[in-house]
Formats: sequence, C-alpha cells, structure tokens
Amino acid sequence: MSKKKKQQALIRSVPFMLPSFVGMIIFSLLPIVISIFISLTDWNGLDKLNLNTLSQHFVGLENYINILTTSEFWKVLGHTLYYIVLYIPLVFLASLGIAVILNKNMKGITAFRVMYYIPVLTSWVAASLIWKWVLSPQYGIFNQLLSYIGVRGPSWLTSEVWAMPAIVLASVWKDMGFFGLFLLSGLKMIDTTYYEAARVDGAGKIRQFFSITLPLLTPSIFFCMIMSLINAFQLFPQVMIMTEGGPNGATQVMVERIYTYGFKYFKMGYASAYSWLLFVIIFVLTVIQMKGQKGWVHYES
Amino acid sequence: MKEMKQWKAMAAGTAMAAVLAAGTMTAAAEEEVTITYANFNASGGQEETLEAMYEAFHEEYPNITVEIETIGFDDYFTQMQTRVAGGTAPDCYELNIENFAAYANKGALAPLDDLDASGYNETALSAFNVDGTQYGVPGNFSNVVLIYNKDLFDQAGIDYPTDEWTWEDALSAAEAIRALDENTYGIYQPVTFNEFFKVAAQFGGSILNEDKTEFTINSEENVAAAEMMISKITDSNVQPNDEQMSGMGDWDLFQSGRLGMIPTGIWAFSTFAEGCDFEWDICVEPGQTQKATHFFSNALVVNADTEKKEAAQCWINWLASSETAAKMRIDAGWDLPAISNEEVLSSYLEMTPPQNRQAVFDSLDYLEVAPVIEDYALMSDIITGKLAEAASGKITPQEALDAAQSECEAQITLQ
Repeated sequence: MSKKKKQQALIRSVPFMLPSFVGMIIFSLLPIVISIFISLTDWNGLDKLNLNTLSQHFVGLENYINILTTSEFWKVLGHTLYYIVLYIPLVFLASLGIAVILNKNMKGITAFRVMYYIPVLTSWVAASLIWKWVLSPQYGIFNQLLSYIGVRGPSWLTSEVWAMPAIVLASVWKDMGFFGLFLLSGLKMIDTTYYEAARVDGAGKIRQFFSITLPLLTPSIFFCMIMSLINAFQLFPQVMIMTEGGPNGATQVMVERIYTYGFKYFKMGYASAYSWLLFVIIFVLTVIQMKGQKGWVHYES
Repeated sequence: MKEMKQWKAMAAGTAMAAVLAAGTMTAAAEEEVTITYANFNASGGQEETLEAMYEAFHEEYPNITVEIETIGFDDYFTQMQTRVAGGTAPDCYELNIENFAAYANKGALAPLDDLDASGYNETALSAFNVDGTQYGVPGNFSNVVLIYNKDLFDQAGIDYPTDEWTWEDALSAAEAIRALDENTYGIYQPVTFNEFFKVAAQFGGSILNEDKTEFTINSEENVAAAEMMISKITDSNVQPNDEQMSGMGDWDLFQSGRLGMIPTGIWAFSTFAEGCDFEWDICVEPGQTQKATHFFSNALVVNADTEKKEAAQCWINWLASSETAAKMRIDAGWDLPAISNEEVLSSYLEMTPPQNRQAVFDSLDYLEVAPVIEDYALMSDIITGKLAEAASGKITPQEALDAAQSECEAQITLQ
C-alpha cells in the first residue's frame, strides 16, 4: 500500500474507532493521569476536584513515604504474597489437568468444557456467597465431606490461619476454567505428528507429556502466569464478600485497602498513592517475567 | 487501581442514566422549580410509598417538582462521594448518621436557615446540628429494643424480661436458656463498635470526653462493658462464637427458635412477625449503671452548591415533619417519622406483634447518639477490630481497649 493510501485508510478508520477511543480516554486514561496528581495530595475525596483544590492539598511524596513506613503496607503485601504462593501453583495444576482431560476426543466433551467454564462466567458476588456456605464450619458441605474421611474441618473463614487458603480455594475453582481454556487451545496447536513420531520411537505417555507437551505448551503457560499474577495482586471481590478483610485483618489485601481508604476513610490521596505502588509492583514483576521468559519459553518454529 | 476506575465509571454511568430517565418524566412541566432528591432508604420495598408521598407533596406545592432517585444502600455512598466531588450532587439527598459529620465538616452541606423546627423530635433534630448550625433534618428514626423468645423463657421456667432489667438479670436468664439445649443460646449481641459505644454508655462510660477533644476508650467503665460483652461468649458461652454461628445471621438464629434474646433494631419487627412460629415480645433493653438505647436516624440534607435551596429545603422539611408524610410512613410500616406529634405516632402502637410496642417509645427516654466525629469510619474499624481480637480470645478486653485507644490517638486528630 502506498503512503497516501495508508493515510487515507487511517482517516477513514477514525470514525469507527472514535466511540471506544473516547470512552477509553475519558474513563481510563484521564482518571489514571489524574490519579497521579491526586496521589501527591491529601485530598479527601469530597471537596470539588479541580486544580485549585489539588494545589492547596499538595503534600509531595508524603503519602508514599507514609505508606511505605507503616507496618500495615508490608503486612498487606505479605498477605498478597501468601495468596500468590498458594494460588498460582494450584490454579496452574488444576487448569492443566482440565486442559489435558478436555483435550480428549470423546462424545459429549463440549458439555464438559461448558461445565468447567461456568464458574468463570459466574459473578464473583454470587460465587463468594455460595462459597461462604460451602465453607461454613458446621453446616457447610465441605467440612461434611471432610468428616467422611475422618478429618475435622477448620472453621475456614473465621480462622486467621485458614481464611486465606479458603479464599484461594474459591479463586482456584473460579479461575481454573479460564486458564484451562487457554492451555487447551495451546494443546490443540501442538502438531500431532510429534506424538506419532514419539510413539514410533517408543516413548511412553509420561515421556511424551514432559518432552513434547510441556515444552510446546510454554507460550500458553507463560501467558497464564502473567495473567494470574496480575489477577492475584488485584484480588478484591472475593475478599470483600467472604471475609471483608477479616478475621483480625488476616485477609486484608492491597485493593481492599485502597477501596477502604478512598471510600470509607475519605483519604483519596493516600488511596491513590497506594494504587500507584500496586501498579509499580505489578509492572516490575511483569517486566521481570518478560525478561525471564527467554530461558524457558519455547516458541514453535 | 482498576477497581477504582470501575467505581468511577459505574457512578458516572448510573448518574447519567438517572438524569436521562428523570428528564423524560418531567418534560411536560412548565415554569416551575425542579429539584433532584437522592435517597437509599426507600430502596428494597418502599419506592412506591415515597412516590405516593411526593404526589401528596406536589398537590400542596404544585410549583415544585421533585425528581426522585432511589439508589441501593451498597452503592449509595460510593456514588454520592463521587458526585459531590464532581459537583453533580443532587439538590437534596439522604445521609446516614455515620457519613453526616464528614459531609458537614467538609462543607458539602448547606445550612438550613429559617427552618421551622417545631414538629420535630428534639433529640433527633439535635443529632444533625453541628456547633449551632442545623445542617440536616431527621428523615426518619429507629432504635433498638430487647426482643425475646417467650417460648424459650417458658421452657426454662423463668420470668420474662422487664424494662428494669440490668445485665446481671439478662445474663442469668441467658444461662438458664443456654442450659436447655446444646444448640440453643441465651443472647446474641454483635461485638462491634456500634454495639460497644451503647453498652459503654450503659456502664457509665463513653468513647470521647465531653467536648470531643480526647478519646476515653480504655476507661474503667468501658473495660467493664467490654468484659461483659466478651465474657458471655468466651466464658459462659451463652452467646455463640463465630464458629458456632457458622456464618449464620443473628436474625436467622432468632427466627430458628434457638435464641432467647436479641437486642436489635425495631426494623426487625416485620421480618420476625412473618418468620417466627413462636411467641415473641419486646422490652427496653437491659442497662447497668444506667439505661442507654441506640438511636439511628438518617439526615435529609441540602447540597451546598444548589441554586434551588429554598425549594429543596421545603421538600425535605415536608418529607420529614409533615403530618401527611408521617402518616403514610407509619401506614406503610416503613419506619418511624422523627416527629413530636404523638397522635400521629399512636397508630404505630396498635400494630402487633409485638404486644408491648410501647417499649419502642419508652426506649426514647434513654437515647444515646453515636459519638460522631469526622473520622467515624476509621475509629469504628479500629475499635471493632480490637474487640474482635478479644472475642477470639487472643487478648483480654483491657488489652484490646488499650490498643484501640493508642491506635485511635495515633491515627485520628480530634478537632
């Protein structure tokens, strides 16, 4: 295409892009930029938001310094890391399991795919409420099942030790279909001739899985890793509904703190600074992952 | 960050939808004042009552048109905060007592000058007076009484509670009921700040000193109050702990017939009347050195920026104190109007159950207004958090209140 034609095509495409583009600028880009300035103020979230208010309330980097010097920030970060350490391996194993099962060619497999995907489509509010009942210590089905194998289940959501694992459990159940679907599409892309060749060479099922399936699945796994890490840092609705940060603050996580400071304690500047710190953490971790992928992600070709 | 963006977008979207919907409704009106009014209290069942009230108002004041916007409680305050900050708040709106002080102190509310305050219940009205300036009128009010299961008292062979009971009487009755069955409990009272400030008052204590310049959270009286609240869970176990509750709601426990007493809001009456298959009644809740009962009221306020202040004040004043509105409110079984006219209130007394509805009014003699400060939500969370730690047995009530005192002092500056 000539340069002129390209330009014309660009101009013609503008009206088509405009609706979503304007929406993105007004509802995403602009608030993001404004929140940088808010994070440098002690604006309470109620005074009229304009330049004058912001300059009157300007406090420099005080919010950032305050956050980083409170024990609360590190405690909350610790909770998030605890969640990640439990959640990522579990959701990965579960979704890989689903993907391998759903990759079989058998009758009615579509029905199973739908079944595993239903939790993904369920609203977190509904799912959290159901999990609250499932995990109820005396009347919940989960502890009931445990009692059949002679285990006395803990009082999940009201115990400081078990509340976070309970949230992990619910999150794995909800997210495994989503990541399972991605891994499944990764599996489908693997050329079956590799397996035929391996069979001819006498490789068993397990050998095939580790030498063919897993290496060729790494691009999908990589994507799932990045997504699940970002998701994990933005953990919020399930906490808000299942425990509200309790018991005794054992499930307080970053987004929950941001919401509470911004909308409950009227400290919008502090909350904005908190959210920028969250952004920095996610950004740095994602960059590290991107750099690290060269070591273990194999792209076919 | 993403969540916050979503909240903002949601609030803006809802507001736009509301404006569009309201705009079409009143397109035909001519040469009159049109004001906007937002509330949460009518959501979940009383939207039509509010609409009927407005129609009655509009007949009296045909030149004032009110565009009513009813928003669910869960979204209300997030949305209102965004709209106040964005300069798009409605001309008048409703606030709960916890948020009222923050809004008033931050200059978001217009002072209600020349208000005809004659018809109001004085305690209720004074709750929305900040340093001599009236910033809101009490749109409704409710309080807390002791609701008890008569059948369980009969089974235990003990006397029904009376208005004169102290906590000793209540706790010994609770023990007798607890002894009936492994899964039956004597009493349920949430271990939260909201409950604590009232029990503290019953023991002669308070959260703040008189001129609200210092915290007095770990005073001797308050510690005694906290010890009573917590030992009935951890020691005598006449009140179920979290594990025994198993995620069940306290009202559900009462309705299942396994709970002897529950100090709770009078808004439980209609639920209990339908859901309980046993006899129940009410009385003024127990006290200790003195009686104290909860008082809840929502303020109707006028936006500081509105150009239609007069019309807005006229509407909220009518809604809160006119006889017509009060009657409609009572007839619909919504809640109590905060008015002084006892004749209007009398029809409320005729409804049963409970038999002893008079206790609702008797409780008014002991109203304890929440210790409202600008950082109310933060203070409430700190104290609730520490009390919960004590209720789980990790620390003593004394340690909990000491910690709450020092944390509140460190994080909150009192004016």
